Amino acid sequence: MAELDIDAIAGSAWGGGVAPFATNTKKLGMWLFLLSDSLTFSTAILAYAYVRLSSSNWPRPFEISPAILNATFLTFILLSSSLTMVMAVAAAHRNEIKKAVIYILLTAVGGIAFVGLHMMEWFRLFAEGVTPWSNKWGDPLFGGTFFGLTGLHMLHVSIGVIYLCIIALGFGRRKFNADHVEVSGLYWHFVDLVWMFIFPMVYLMSVNLKG
Amino acid sequence: MSAHDTTALETHQPGTKKLFMWVWFWLLILTGVEVLLAYMRLEPHLMLVLLIGLSLIKSALIVAYFMHLRFEKLGLFLIIVPTLVFCLVMILIFVFPDSLRIVRLHP
Repeated sequence: MAELDIDAIAGSAWGGGVAPFATNTKKLGMWLFLLSDSLTFSTAILAYAYVRLSSSNWPRPFEISPAILNATFLTFILLSSSLTMVMAVAAAHRNEIKKAVIYILLTAVGGIAFVGLHMMEWFRLFAEGVTPWSNKWGDPLFGGTFFGLTGLHMLHVSIGVIYLCIIALGFGRRKFNADHVEVSGLYWHFVDLVWMFIFPMVYLMSVNLKG
Repeated sequence: MSAHDTTALETHQPGTKKLFMWVWFWLLILTGVEVLLAYMRLEPHLMLVLLIGLSLIKSALIVAYFMHLRFEKLGLFLIIVPTLVFCLVMILIFVFPDSLRIVRLHP
C-alpha cells in the first residue's frame, strides 16, 4: 500500500496537492461521482412521487407475502453485504489479503442474490400483467416508474458485482491496494443507501391494506 | 471528523468490528420499524414523513460509519453534504409548488 506523506507533497490538506482533504484522489473522485449519482436517484424518486400524486388510480398492490417479505429480505441482504464490505475494507487495510478477498467475494454473492431474487419478483409481476408499459391494476405509469426505478437500482447493483469481482481479483494478485478496496466499498454502500429510499417509497407506500 | 490536519493517509482506521455490527443491527431494527409502520394504517402524509425520516437516519448511519465519512477530514464532508443539500433544495423548490397543486386536483 502506497503511503503518501501529505506534508511532503502539499504542505497542508488545503494546499491543493495530490491529496486534497487528505484522501487519495480515487476516493475523492468516487465521492464526487456518488454525489452526482445521488442526484440522479433523487430526481428519479421525485419523478415517481410526482407521477403517483398526479394519478387518480394508482394501485397499492403489494401483499405481505410474497412482495413485502421479499423486499424486506432484499433489504436484509443488502445491509448484510454492506457489513461484509466494511469487514473487507478493514481486512484490506490490515493487509490480510486472503481474508479481504473472501469478504469482497461474500459481498458480491450478496449482490448476486439480490439481483436474482429481484429478477424473480420482476417475472412474477410480468406474469400478473404488470410490465414497463402496461398495468392491469390501474395506471400504466405504475409499471413504468416501478421498473424504471428498481431497474436503475438493479443496474447499479449488477455493475457493483462486476466491480467487486474485478477488485477481488486485482487485490488477490496484489495489483490493487487497500485504497482500491475502500473506494469500491464506497460505491457498494451507496447502492445499499439508495435501496433504503426505494424500499419505503416504492414498496411500503404501496402496501395492500385490504388483504 | 478529526481536527488534526496533516497526517499520513492511511494511518487512521477507526471503527471496530463491534461498532460496525452495532450499526448493522440498528439498520435492521429501523428497517423492521418501517415495515411495521407500513401496516399501521396511518394517514399517507404522516406515513411518508415518518418513512422518509427513518430512511434519512438510516442513510446517515450508512454514510457516517460504513462509508467512513465521520472519520474523514471536515473538508471532505463540507464539499459533499452541503452541496447535496443545496442541489436537493433547488430541485424541491421547483417540484413542491406543482406537486401541491396536483394534490388538490385529486381529492
